[in-house]
Amino acid sequence: MLSVENLTVSVGAAAAPIDIVSAVSFEIAKGEILGLVGESGCGKSMTSLAIMGLLPRPGPRTRTGQVVLDGVDVTQLQPWQRVSAGNASMAMIFQEPMTSLNPVRRIGDQIAEAVRVHDRVHGGAALARACELLEMVRIPDARLQLSAFPHQLSGGMRQRVMIAIALACRPQVLIADEPTTALDVTVQAQILGLLRELCNGLDMAMLFITHDMGVIAQLADRVAVMYAGRIVETAAVRTLFDAPAHPYTRGLMDCMPVRGSAGQRLRTIPGQAPQPGTVKTGCAFAARCPQVRDICRAELPPKMRVAELHEALCAFPIIQGGPN
Amino acid sequence: MTVAAGALTKSGGIRTWLAPFVARPIALVGLAVLIAVLILAAAAPLLAPYNPDAYDALIRLSPPNALHWFGTDQLGRDTLSRVIYSSRMALLVGVGVVVFALLTGVPIGVFSALFPRLGHVLMRIVDVLMAFPSLLLALVLIVILGPSVANSIIAIGAGFLTTTTRIVYGLTLRLKTETYVEASRSMGSRTGWLVHKHILPNLISPLLVQASFVFAFAQLSAASLDFLGLGAPPDIPSWGNMLAESRNFITRAPWLLFFPGMMIVLTAFALNLVGDALRDRLDPRFREMLGRKI
Amino acid sequence: MWSYVFKRAGATALTLVAASVIIFAFIHLIPGDPIYIRLGDMATPDQVDAVRHSLGLDRPILIQYLSWVSDALHGDLGQSIFYQMPIMSVIADHAETSLLLASITMTWVLLIGVPIGMISAMRHGTWLDQVLSGAAMLMASVPTFWVGLYMILIFAAWLGWLPSSGYPSIFDDGGLANLRYLLLPSLTLAAPNAALILRLTRASMLDVSREDYVRTARAKGIRPWQVVTRHIFRNALLAVVSAFGFTFAALLSEAVVTETVFALPGIGRLVVQSIMQRDYPVIQGVVLVIVVLYLLVNLIVDLSYRMLDPRVELQ
Repeated sequence: MLSVENLTVSVGAAAAPIDIVSAVSFEIAKGEILGLVGESGCGKSMTSLAIMGLLPRPGPRTRTGQVVLDGVDVTQLQPWQRVSAGNASMAMIFQEPMTSLNPVRRIGDQIAEAVRVHDRVHGGAALARACELLEMVRIPDARLQLSAFPHQLSGGMRQRVMIAIALACRPQVLIADEPTTALDVTVQAQILGLLRELCNGLDMAMLFITHDMGVIAQLADRVAVMYAGRIVETAAVRTLFDAPAHPYTRGLMDCMPVRGSAGQRLRTIPGQAPQPGTVKTGCAFAARCPQVRDICRAELPPKMRVAELHEALCAFPIIQGGPN
Repeated sequence: MTVAAGALTKSGGIRTWLAPFVARPIALVGLAVLIAVLILAAAAPLLAPYNPDAYDALIRLSPPNALHWFGTDQLGRDTLSRVIYSSRMALLVGVGVVVFALLTGVPIGVFSALFPRLGHVLMRIVDVLMAFPSLLLALVLIVILGPSVANSIIAIGAGFLTTTTRIVYGLTLRLKTETYVEASRSMGSRTGWLVHKHILPNLISPLLVQASFVFAFAQLSAASLDFLGLGAPPDIPSWGNMLAESRNFITRAPWLLFFPGMMIVLTAFALNLVGDALRDRLDPRFREMLGRKI
Repeated sequence: MWSYVFKRAGATALTLVAASVIIFAFIHLIPGDPIYIRLGDMATPDQVDAVRHSLGLDRPILIQYLSWVSDALHGDLGQSIFYQMPIMSVIADHAETSLLLASITMTWVLLIGVPIGMISAMRHGTWLDQVLSGAAMLMASVPTFWVGLYMILIFAAWLGWLPSSGYPSIFDDGGLANLRYLLLPSLTLAAPNAALILRLTRASMLDVSREDYVRTARAKGIRPWQVVTRHIFRNALLAVVSAFGFTFAALLSEAVVTETVFALPGIGRLVVQSIMQRDYPVIQGVVLVIVVLYLLVNLIVDLSYRMLDPRVELQ
């Protein structure tokens, strides 16, 4: 459904660009949920904004790569251009529900605005559909809430409104950029549940971005791990947790506290992720990798196929049961 | 996304102060103009070709020529020399107004923020003063005090006292709630020490920006007062006075209108450029507070 | 909602009372005996005593203040020394010019400042933006009377297109065509204020366009001009509206100088003339009227801000 190939996003002068996202490629099939994980600053948000065509201008821009949605090339197209081209099937929800809605307009209007663009209806019909969408995202008293202002709603409710707006676009792919990070844990669970139901019910693909491994475990079908602007591993979720191939992913897994490990020191990955543009040659993880070899610092690691649907960007991926 | 507390004050030295000017070259031009005006004022006796008060009826109202680059006025006085000497008045008034505004605004603002009950009353009084449009307030004060240079500084300064107080009040309120101030307080530091160590240093940057804009607007206000005949006495050369005198001769001697006015514009513009460049260097939260005037 | 209105109106009234005290004190702060100030320098001691009693200036200050206030509320601001007429009539005669001048100027300010500010913001970073912003800052650094004098020089003296001074009322001969006397003055007054509004609009729109909800709006797929009009502009307008009161004050101030330059029979020029003629009661009356007007405008702006921004609750 969505295919991203070799996407590179850069900042800085055209003559000397600094890549903040490098050669990112992945695919999401219809109805599939792909999780995109990585620490803060690894480029996951930029990737999603680049795919949607929402990169701020002036600012970072897509330097190379291709984004294909349902067979149509939508690379660098802004959302309104996608609508004009007749291919509008991608929507996005963002991290901060508190600031993502226009504070001086009623939420009914804001949803109806999206409905009017995608369904080509006006006035009452648009509002009726908005009401429907509010019910779909399980907002109580939907009809009443149409005339509410954003500041009258809680964070969780606002995020549901965001989802309703996204659904108004009738998306085949929904990009969710850390939608629950700013919410309470209980509300988080509800929103995640809602998202999964919607994906299943509407056969909608979702790119779910987060830094929370626990959420990924619950929600995703497949996972892509990002580090320093590159995808370092892609695998099915179970495989990723059971048998991570890339040393970084392995490090992440080791960091997670395990039940029964109370009283023991938490494990960490030593060092810090490099700033964009600082690693000129070799693997970006080389400085922190426990199994680094000289060649890792010299050459960019190849994309190795560890197993069926399991790839890692490493010259020496950790294969379960194999030599290390 | 939080701005480190240190970023507010401990901003080492000359290089960081120069940075916004390098980033925006036109601001460097502004700085250069200001320095030029400063030099004009300081070295007026050396730079002015003639005595600014020396009149000669024979050459009255002559257009710019080789002997008198800016021409002469209705009394035959050399315009260039008068323009140069007027820069002294401009600087005097500008500095005077800024000092007045800071000397009144900072104590009242800080005091009001740190002692809320008394502060509320004080700020209400400031609100009342703000009910008077600035030039009107200046005129009323001039009537009460009598026209003179010192009084025009007070009269114009009163208008800026209000905005400066408001800004300092707002800034101090914000600073009061910064965690490092609360931490310091909880360690038992006395208010005076807090003010000295935490609040005043953090006020320097925003106040410098405010000072630039106040200086700029003071030029315009002073020129207006002079033009109305209510500012500097007519025997003291100032750009505003020169323009007032030129009023009857603008068709015959348009250069009398051009040069003094141009000096006012250049000075005010340069100050605005500098203030703008400095403001970009500020913490965004404080930037918004200073955004009103320009 | 109404409680907010009453609260704000109450605060305004309080400020007005405090300001009136200052304005009342004005006459007593001027060096010299208030009687001589009222009567002029030529009065004899007997006249002075008689007037002192008849004007009630031998009563306690507080009583004088209260009676002044009560008179003012009835529209009686006293008598002008120079014109020998009730001050209220003098002000009324001069009001037409100033009100018209202010309205026309405000129209220019908004018509020029806001759209250009919008364009500048939308073309942020391009040379057009740099030029417009630079020009705006330059305009804001120019003294109004200088612009006025140049306007007179160019349009009245050299080109002869427009009159250079005076203002016959539109209710007299000439009718609405007399408005052309206000063209140059209003443009002069508008210039620096339009520049300020331009910068404010631009800054406000740039700030808003960086907000998250603008990104949400774009994500919906609506066209860029719709994003600007429905989301950016509407929200940036709030900042412009709240600056309205401040701009109005600046107008009232600068009108004094502009009316002097163009010899317009307005309230500003009345103030300056009264200062020259030592007609202090008139100054007092005019300042009172201007302050009342200014506070009223601010109150209205405050309340409309509330209407535009549903988030603002009782402060």
